[in-house]
Amino acid sequence: MDTQNISLLEGREKQVYEKKNGQKGADIACDTTSLSGSVSQRACVFCGSRVVLYPVADAIHIVHGPIGCAAYTWDIRGAVSSGPELHRLSFSTDLGEMDVIYGGEKKLYRSLIELIDQYQPNAAFVYSTCIIGLIGDDIDAVCRKVEKEKGIPVMPVHSEGFKGTKKDGYKAACTALMQLIGTGSTEEISKYSINILGEFNLAGEAWIIREYYEKMGIQVVATMTGDGRIDAIRRSHGASLNVVQCSGSMTFLAKEMEEKYGIPFIRVSYFGFEDMSKSLYDVAQYFGDKPEIMEKAKVIVHDEIRHYYPDMQKFKKALTGKKAAIYVGGAFKTFSLIKALRTIGMSVVLAGSQTGNKDDYNRLKEMCEEGTVIVDDSNPVELSKFILEKEADLLIGGVKERPIAFKLGVGFCDHNHERKIPLAGFVGMYNFAKEVYESVMSPVWQFAPRKGGQQ
Amino acid sequence: MLLRHTSKEVKVREGLTINPAKTCQPIGAMYAALGIHGCLPHSHGSQGCCSYHRSTLTRHYKEPVMAATSSFTEGASVFGGQANLLAAIETIFSVYDPDIIAVHSTCLSETIGDDLQQITKKASDDGKIPEGKYVIYASTPSFIGSHITGYANMVTGMAEQFTVSTGEKKNQVNIIAGWMEPSDMREIKRLSKELGVNIVLFPDTSDVLDAPQTGKHEFYPKGGTTVAELRSTGDSLSSLALGCVSAEPAAIALEKKCKVPFTTLDMPIGLSATDRFIMALSQAGGVSVPDTVTADRGRLVDVIADMEQYLYGKKVALFGDPDQIIPLTEFLLDLNMKPLHIVSGTPGQRFEKRMREILDARSPETNFKNGLGADMFLMHQWMKNEPVDLLIGNTYGKYIARDEDIPFIRFGFPILDRIGHSYFPSVGYSGGLRLVEKILSVLMDRQDRDALEEKFELVM
Repeated sequence: MDTQNISLLEGREKQVYEKKNGQKGADIACDTTSLSGSVSQRACVFCGSRVVLYPVADAIHIVHGPIGCAAYTWDIRGAVSSGPELHRLSFSTDLGEMDVIYGGEKKLYRSLIELIDQYQPNAAFVYSTCIIGLIGDDIDAVCRKVEKEKGIPVMPVHSEGFKGTKKDGYKAACTALMQLIGTGSTEEISKYSINILGEFNLAGEAWIIREYYEKMGIQVVATMTGDGRIDAIRRSHGASLNVVQCSGSMTFLAKEMEEKYGIPFIRVSYFGFEDMSKSLYDVAQYFGDKPEIMEKAKVIVHDEIRHYYPDMQKFKKALTGKKAAIYVGGAFKTFSLIKALRTIGMSVVLAGSQTGNKDDYNRLKEMCEEGTVIVDDSNPVELSKFILEKEADLLIGGVKERPIAFKLGVGFCDHNHERKIPLAGFVGMYNFAKEVYESVMSPVWQFAPRKGGQQ
Repeated sequence: MLLRHTSKEVKVREGLTINPAKTCQPIGAMYAALGIHGCLPHSHGSQGCCSYHRSTLTRHYKEPVMAATSSFTEGASVFGGQANLLAAIETIFSVYDPDIIAVHSTCLSETIGDDLQQITKKASDDGKIPEGKYVIYASTPSFIGSHITGYANMVTGMAEQFTVSTGEKKNQVNIIAGWMEPSDMREIKRLSKELGVNIVLFPDTSDVLDAPQTGKHEFYPKGGTTVAELRSTGDSLSSLALGCVSAEPAAIALEKKCKVPFTTLDMPIGLSATDRFIMALSQAGGVSVPDTVTADRGRLVDVIADMEQYLYGKKVALFGDPDQIIPLTEFLLDLNMKPLHIVSGTPGQRFEKRMREILDARSPETNFKNGLGADMFLMHQWMKNEPVDLLIGNTYGKYIARDEDIPFIRFGFPILDRIGHSYFPSVGYSGGLRLVEKILSVLMDRQDRDALEEKFELVM
């Protein structure tokens, strides 16, 4: 089947929008589960919980279910730790047929005891998979029992795969974190303090962001969850402000913390010069009673941009007029990417996400230029079709999209789990531009049939 | 220091699996189904399963991997997934237009009791399967067996559901591929051609998961066993099943349904197993072994003889899938090396029996274990108690190799951090040569790295 000559998947019309004559059109249908039979790029509830909690490095993460869910999520996301690395091991109850028939509670209990004895972690997260929701194991009770016996927090994560979308998984993860928050001491926490939420320290990104804030004279109490530590999370309710990136995954937690502990939150993005600067200024503005914070923020922004600006011009010169397609997990990231791409002279012809909501898509419609296609929960056929139709030179996506781009003869940048260099912060913008430049301008395309074999 | 927590003392664990040497059935079924031409694998379960399998296969092959999902919701899990699957079949044929849909189940759909045979029959009765198109299925509950079991189940499904016997024998031999790489399948076809034996190889992922760059995204790449070929397997002279765990069940099904006799062989990895394969193939096809193949063999033997001193007595730990581990163990013994610790996460007695046959006479002290508890943590513990010179296994071995500071060869599934496995075979004499080259390269690089200056040799 030739992917160029296909129509949209039936029932998908409402999840695809093309900006024409500045029309806003109807709302994009989103927040729905995928159509049965679609080749969706989405994952499940468990996946959502796992990616959010996984970077907590001094806890054990045990997957309660058959082996697959543990095997496929074993150290696949480069969330780096400055200390313990328990999160990079794979623990599973590896349920078999008899466990499914007779229940897996005893096996889970024994596994937890064995694990805690072996590794002496500061806490444990227990993930339920699809099957646990069916066989009815009471994992809450097992967790309570082990917690009591071993004296460390043991959190159940209700992440049965079929119980919603990936976003519900984020929520289950946040619920587990809420159990920890508020159980530690808030001594020695400054008035000028924040938590960094929704930053997972892929390729060490949280360290970069943390350093900026610390240079401004702000205390970072906890990063959730990049390079995460249980003790820091437990005392994170002592911070004055929550700074939330990756809206989809952590806004729920920020709202809960606001309600329970009265901590306000702001939404930020660390991608691109524009949004990165704003993230520093917004925090500085919040602490307006101490003007030197803003002064320091200005110095950081000034110095960093001055440092990277000359190199950026080289990339911009080469990339001006090139077109990009974006298909990523969360819509919030798309906004930053559009701005970042404009910085290097590129326009966006396709923008989509797996988990955007109505507000996200409306904002996206406003941001995009005429002719841009916007999609929710897309599939490979649709992506290939639009990439060719719109003559994109670059696709920004995740693991499953990468080889599609290369088969089409189009450059690629991984803005998902598999980034190998930090893309956040000022240095991240430089890295991003460099990666885009390398891929789009690669000599390999001279040898490759491109864009449907036409060139 | 990633694995600094691994303790030397081996304790029996009662539930826990640490760092598994296997994964679950559905991904095997998906991989097998990709080896049918024009087939879209379909995962009857939650969305995540399909996504994880596609991602893992994509990381291993660096190729697009297409598969659909029933996208289970809470409702489906209460009322059964029949409606989802029926809707999926309709959607897939109308939009993605495959020749075949190969449905596999998951732990979720199995536990709620969905019966794939009944649902696909209903789809057919309701006219949801267009003329000339097919839906096949395999039951692949994740809580039984491993990815290898899932592969075997889907290949068995192909044999059971496609094969017809016309009563007229065809001058062809079935070769049922155990879980191997597209490069291996390509090599099996090349060898058969060289011998002059007509074969039907199934499944066949060559030209599917090693496709060239064309400027197009081919949803159904040109490779894969065709329906016509699969249907004709019932008229073949005989079947050769390459692997007692992943291929033999399909051969049994073919014998049952169409009375095609079969021989089970080890996957032809290394010298002895390839010898047996070539002999079996020449007998099955009634041909003699051509000089070119004999010369290939001679070259492999020549290299082994040339380099014997660098191989002798080297201790090896290996982990992976049973049908690959069995002949690899034998090959290591043929190379005069010492396979010392072996684990395979896939349960089953066939592995143990075959390993005993190979090891009892030649290396009775080798530690090996499969099934529950046979994980990489255990292997690492064994290695701490009795160190080795070389580790062979999938990408996850790199932690152990780094921790123990020993040479490491990537072999098996998944390989997430290197290329080559999809392009260069491990089977056949040329595959054997590649393995020997790899083994020698890492061992001799290590020797060079660690040599004192006065012992640092130019000629080796």
